[in-house]
Amino acid sequence: MTTLTMAKALNAGLRRAMEGDDKVVLLGEDIGRLGGVFRITEGLQKDFGENRVLDTPLAESGIVGTAIGLALRGYRPVVEIQFDGFVYPAYDQIVCQVAKLRTRSGGRHALPIVIRIPYGGGIGAVEHHSESPEAQFAHTPGLKVLTPSNPVDGYWMLQQAIAHDDPVVFLEPKRLYHSMKAELDPALEPGPLFASRVVRQGTDATLIAYGPTVQTCLAAAEQAAEEGRSLEVIDLRTLSPLDLGPAVASVTKTGRAVVVHEAHRSFGVGAEVAAAVTEHCFYALEAPVLRVCGYDTPYPLSRVEHEWLPTVDRVLDAVDRAVAF
Amino acid sequence: MSDPIQLLTADGTRVEHPDVAFTPDAALLAQHGDEAGVLKALLRDMSLLRRFDVEATALQRHGELGLWPPSLGQEAAQIGAGRALARQDHVFPTYREHGIAWCRGIDPVGLLGLFRGTDHVGWDPVEKGYEPVTIVIGAHALHAVGYALGVVHDGAVGTGDAARDTAVMACFGDGATSQGDVNEAFVFAASYHVPVVFFVQNNHWAISEPLARQTRIPIAQRADGFGFPSYRVDGNDVLATYAVVRRALEHARSGQGPVLVEAVTYRMGAHTTTDDPTRYRTDDELESWRRRDPIDRLAAHLRAEGIADDAWFTALDAEAEELGADIRARCKALPDPSPLASFDETYVELTPTLAAQRAEVVELMDLDGAEHEEVAR
Ligand SMILES: Cc1ncc(C[n+]2csc(CCOP(=O)(O)OP(=O)(O)O)c2C)c(N)n1
Ligand SMILES: [Mg+2]
Repeated sequence: MTTLTMAKALNAGLRRAMEGDDKVVLLGEDIGRLGGVFRITEGLQKDFGENRVLDTPLAESGIVGTAIGLALRGYRPVVEIQFDGFVYPAYDQIVCQVAKLRTRSGGRHALPIVIRIPYGGGIGAVEHHSESPEAQFAHTPGLKVLTPSNPVDGYWMLQQAIAHDDPVVFLEPKRLYHSMKAELDPALEPGPLFASRVVRQGTDATLIAYGPTVQTCLAAAEQAAEEGRSLEVIDLRTLSPLDLGPAVASVTKTGRAVVVHEAHRSFGVGAEVAAAVTEHCFYALEAPVLRVCGYDTPYPLSRVEHEWLPTVDRVLDAVDRAVAF
Repeated sequence: MSDPIQLLTADGTRVEHPDVAFTPDAALLAQHGDEAGVLKALLRDMSLLRRFDVEATALQRHGELGLWPPSLGQEAAQIGAGRALARQDHVFPTYREHGIAWCRGIDPVGLLGLFRGTDHVGWDPVEKGYEPVTIVIGAHALHAVGYALGVVHDGAVGTGDAARDTAVMACFGDGATSQGDVNEAFVFAASYHVPVVFFVQNNHWAISEPLARQTRIPIAQRADGFGFPSYRVDGNDVLATYAVVRRALEHARSGQGPVLVEAVTYRMGAHTTTDDPTRYRTDDELESWRRRDPIDRLAAHLRAEGIADDAWFTALDAEAEELGADIRARCKALPDPSPLASFDETYVELTPTLAAQRAEVVELMDLDGAEHEEVAR
């Protein structure tokens, strides 16, 4: 049993995946000698060599395109995109190539590529360093989209994603990299990868979150409990495929649901979850499914980012509205 | 490819070059009296830029800025290029061109807002001919080409009218030359023969990645393959950089198409204040570049030639200290933005959806007891 930060847990997960399969190779900007700007790949080039941990030229389309070629040659590339806002030069390669090559090969090619992206805000950064692009990828058939909310999931889900034969966009909540610690027992067997999970039991309303907002929702549930209200919290973990089993079971019980994410509200994951929950829980619902999200503007200046991000207050306000409906 | 063009050696000796000479343009001469005056002005620019940059780094250390990308060591490249620009020229910068911004008459405090999280851009891009900085590496190289295409369509190139003919400068680093957008900009610029100068500051590092990761040949040589001329200049030599960039800009303004200038320099500081360069580069390398410092060499020259005396340097130091104090005070006084700004700046015409969200924020701020009056302004 060891206590690890999210960053260290991801690093340990990568290390174990590389030890277990010599076809696992890492590509990215500054991931070698520097160990990545967030140090997620720290020490890996030193221990596995420059052929397995490649510092790439500064070109994201190049990184992902090259990863595709490596995958076609039997490797399992794990790509690091330095920040969420810098994935777009690779967008064409991800959406038109990574996502579609299997179809285009008549089901012959598999592309076991993992694209790791630090995402989310709240770190006081300049523009392009705080975005939440999950919907763009979850909307793309051919990609799977995962996001851990804690170090233990980070450790296991990353290894499971690397071992998985379909391409995975793996979104890492960067705000938690160094701030969140958890106990990890590497001897345990991990649970299923594409499964969401109840992380706090409750009876009055259901909060549905993923990645960085799971912590926000847990804090909201804690505060609500002090005021005598019992909130259940679901960590989706997988956005594509979306596992709505636990959410549907929960809302059937509570009759109220609030979806919480940092990404812009319109056409986001919250809209998909709301539609699906409504389809499955129509008769159980006491109120419409509400969303607490980032607003439909580009990510704001850091001095006002906390006015823009979902906060405990905004979540509880939505719960109030759902209860009062 | 031969050695970079040099007119002032690292120890401050003026040297001749067969093709390029330092001849300040008429405006600079008029402003500073004579060549000696221009030399002193360039040293002053570089020294104040360094003082500003050191102050900004210190402000970050004290928590006043979220981040700062230092220009330390690149003063000659930036001031040389910046002073070669004409009023009507237009610049597309990255996050590190503080010296070029300085030459465009931009208040340096205006550069801090982005890194303090209070403002996206602290100047009027149209008035200053200096666009908001682009952080996504390489994207703006294409914008420069498109702008230059507009300049051509406007007939503002090759007329012979020095006040009308316009060049566009795209600034980026060695790392950026790997990006698809930059290479596409080269193709488009050559194809349309537009008046753009690609000003590449080769500071030898892209965060932790050395130049060799991006290219096996000098960056300037790449222009050959795209079909336009290039120069490789000692970017720590402000005289050579000024002379070469001036020539490149004139080439562009006169309708002869794009040019690439590779200024060979060195990033003496960290990539940004969050970076720790000791993890990837040696003290020896840093030391070898310290001996080629852009400011020291011009200062040595001015002293050796008796162009500037101790009193002049003392006055410059005092001016720099004053600038530092002024920057510090005004940075701390930068006002926080309104949480409503991003709603008002997203579209020309606010959408109904966003208007509703804006109203939600106003209401929430009220619930929080925040000064609604303040926000609604
Ligand atoms: C598309 C994109 N990818 C990655 C980054 C992260 N990043 C910021 S600066 C930088 C290195 C840039 O190096 P170079 O072009 O040489 O400019 P320098 O910083 O040395 O001035 C990187 C990788 C980015 N800003 N944009
Ligand atoms: Mg560089």
